[in-house]
Amino acid sequence: MDTSVDAVAHEVEHETPAGIARWLTATNHKDIGTLYLCFSVAMLLVGGLMALTIRAELFKPGLQLVNGELFNELTTMHGLIMVFGAVMPAFVGFANWQLPMMIGAPDMAFPRLNNFSFWLLPPAAILLVSSFFVPGGASGAGWTFYPPLSIEMGPGMDMAIFAVHLLGVSSVIGAINIVTTVLNMRAPGMTLMKMPMFVWTWLLTAYLLIAVIPVLAGAVTMLLTDRHFGTHFFNAAGGGDPVLFQHIFWFFGHPEVYILILPAFGIISHVIPTFARKPLFGYRSMVFASCAIALVAVLVWAHHMFTVGMPVGGQLFFMYATLLVAIPTGVKVFNWIATMWQGSITLETPMLFAVGFLFVFIVGGLTGVILAIVPVDVQVHDTYYIVAHFHYTMVAGSLFGLFAGAYYWLPKWTGHRYDEALGRRHFWLSMIFFNATFFVQFFLGLAGMPRRIPDYPLQFTTLNMISSIGAFGFGLSQLVFVYMVIKCVRGGEKAPARVWEGATGLEWTLPSPPPHHSFKTPPALTQPATAVAYPVLDPS
Amino acid sequence: MGQPVNAMGTRAHCNVTRDRATALIAAASASTAFAASAGEVQFGLINPETIVAHQIQDLHTIVLWICIVIGLVVFGLLFYTLARHRRSIGHEAKLVEESKALQVAWTLIPLLIVVGMAFPATRTVIAMKDTSNPDLTIKITGYQWHWRYDYLGKDISFYSVLSTPRGQIENQEPKGENYLLEVDNPMVVPVDKKVRILVTANDVIHSWWVPAFGVKQDAIPGFVRDAWFKVDAPGVYRGQCAELCGKEHGYMPIVVQALPDKEFETWLATQEARSKAAGSAAAADAGKTYSLDELKTQGQAVYDRSCAACHQPNGQGVPPTFPPIAHGVVTTGPLAAHLDMVLHGSKKNPAMAAFGGQLSDLEIAAVVTYERNAFGNTQGDTLQPRDVAAARK
Repeated sequence: MDTSVDAVAHEVEHETPAGIARWLTATNHKDIGTLYLCFSVAMLLVGGLMALTIRAELFKPGLQLVNGELFNELTTMHGLIMVFGAVMPAFVGFANWQLPMMIGAPDMAFPRLNNFSFWLLPPAAILLVSSFFVPGGASGAGWTFYPPLSIEMGPGMDMAIFAVHLLGVSSVIGAINIVTTVLNMRAPGMTLMKMPMFVWTWLLTAYLLIAVIPVLAGAVTMLLTDRHFGTHFFNAAGGGDPVLFQHIFWFFGHPEVYILILPAFGIISHVIPTFARKPLFGYRSMVFASCAIALVAVLVWAHHMFTVGMPVGGQLFFMYATLLVAIPTGVKVFNWIATMWQGSITLETPMLFAVGFLFVFIVGGLTGVILAIVPVDVQVHDTYYIVAHFHYTMVAGSLFGLFAGAYYWLPKWTGHRYDEALGRRHFWLSMIFFNATFFVQFFLGLAGMPRRIPDYPLQFTTLNMISSIGAFGFGLSQLVFVYMVIKCVRGGEKAPARVWEGATGLEWTLPSPPPHHSFKTPPALTQPATAVAYPVLDPS
Repeated sequence: MGQPVNAMGTRAHCNVTRDRATALIAAASASTAFAASAGEVQFGLINPETIVAHQIQDLHTIVLWICIVIGLVVFGLLFYTLARHRRSIGHEAKLVEESKALQVAWTLIPLLIVVGMAFPATRTVIAMKDTSNPDLTIKITGYQWHWRYDYLGKDISFYSVLSTPRGQIENQEPKGENYLLEVDNPMVVPVDKKVRILVTANDVIHSWWVPAFGVKQDAIPGFVRDAWFKVDAPGVYRGQCAELCGKEHGYMPIVVQALPDKEFETWLATQEARSKAAGSAAAADAGKTYSLDELKTQGQAVYDRSCAACHQPNGQGVPPTFPPIAHGVVTTGPLAAHLDMVLHGSKKNPAMAAFGGQLSDLEIAAVVTYERNAFGNTQGDTLQPRDVAAARK
């Protein structure tokens, strides 16, 4: 391990190209991290515009703005862009910025591969967005691509498949880079059980990505050959089975949602100790709980398919396995609250988002338990109840986790403190409007409103109006965040090395902003992990 | 029938205990005041009308309450520590001992809770799957975008298509009470009889769902899945397709009319007599030669029902998936190829289904003739039902 770190930590400063060439040829983990984060914000705004168009159409019954086809295209692309374009790249951006700094490494293990994995994303995004303009429009088969509907689609579907291939390759390369970096480039003395939680959760996420992204690639490739090359994987008339696709898709799809939440767990596990001024409670059980979640993730996929007509045994197995997810997740929540307990809490914006994360994630998690109960799931499957549930976990969970991390580390990255008043405003607006948008959707689902419909029976009108108003509020609130980031990058009060007085971890020993090569010589760790939950240097 | 039924089959009685659980979360929601003022908003599950739906609602109530209690405890702890352990009120951080007992407790207690939830759920899962000994079996087929019901062993089968006028959807006329939840021919079942449904689809996956019955079964092309229900009380129960099936997914509702046994028998007899009469009429007319105008008139009705959703009411289609009828390649090409396309579907474009199984000889003859002589097409030729019958062989 020492030799590899020494070999990279050379003393020669290289020339960094300026202007656009700096970004095209970027091999520095911070530059690539910035690229990922900017890409993610851009995609968040594109996907958000689609969501607002959907909510505008659903403001009242009847067709006003879009027709049935365009509506399906919008829901499909909203899902794909948010999952693959906004949330996943955002977490990879965080990994790029933070992992080398947190483990005491100079950079990522494979800088050129890192560059490649980023530059695969813009072509994929262009394919997705431009598919709206090809004959037949974008794919309207849902982000889940269920055949035979996806077989019926026009060339927009092929563009989506190719985009998924590119995004998948990018994710797998990124994951390999992260695994290699974490396993080989940690500072001497940082054993696995002394790794910061964000590093742990990303390591698990990277393994999940390597395990399941190829499965997705296989599924969409089979779709492609069914569409164009005469195979019948998913066509009963040719001996195939449409439900086979669903099994393959969700074998990817369920771990995917944990891929979207595990790094957020990591971020929250840093923010809460910092602002409670106490070490993380139960570091070891947090690590084990994360491992358990990653393991169970690959055993519960068919709970997305309780209405396809599985045998009783299958339904019961997937119900029991799904209920088990609640246990490690509960352990994490209790550990976070125990970390806050008897602390000396202050509520700066990162902590507001972390507490907000806990609040909404618990709602998402508990409704997940309700959904695991097969008979109840049969009733609310494919209704707005599901839409509400996964937005509670993915928007409120993943996105609020990302916001907490962004406010937490932005001063470190830019060297400037952000505008605290703007941050607080962003939090409260997001929190109120998020709940206005999605809480009412639980009631819509219970009362029987199917998802993915452009028009609805009259009794759903009032709640849909509330939801649409909330959505516009939530969407516009995110402009506050964009403004805050731009303001912080351009200037502001100078941030010290240790931005937050309660912060521990190697990244805070570097100046803000950190030097080009984060750690040229590996730092020495002194305190055992169990005492402080993650490593710190001697206070000096 | 006869008693007041509002949308989605919610009968006008009110179940106080069941509604209380959902009302509680409603109270917690910031939007309650707004929503309640509207008066007609439903917060909980649709009132159940079958034993399974009752069990589902009871399960939901139990699990919801457990989750509310857990939620209150966890939120209580969270807000307590947020309020009391604040630096702004001078609280100093104190290290909390890492207690093994605590760790074990908050692992084991949730485990016990989920095991407790799994027990009653298992019972219902098994009940839902027990489709044995039905009194009546109905095959349900999903099409883009309507349903077909075949009463097995009886000479009854019909399509069930959305009857809400296009004008209401496009906001040109006021919306009716059962907007998007009304069909031309509802499925009719007897009360208190075990009805087994065999669900399949003709083109893409659909999902047959009636909330009041607690039945949601995906309709998968090429496979038959079954489910069952036994309706408690007469009435009209409404649902919608629950699986994304294309652009008209929001427009293929399900309406089930549950009749008392006697009335159901009467309905059954009428339907069988009607289909027998229609059958003999069709046989009598099999050799008949229809005029162009006769075929066009009948064809327009078939077109509006079966073709217009994709090829559009004006025949312009939505290329490339749904090519235009007006001056189309097929509709202005050879008659035999046109008939083959309608009868057997497209070999290249999976969106064009085979209509041979869905439409009668006369209907196919009428719609093909109509397509060749409408929307500016002036082929002038006619297709007779006997030609269709010949092409089927």
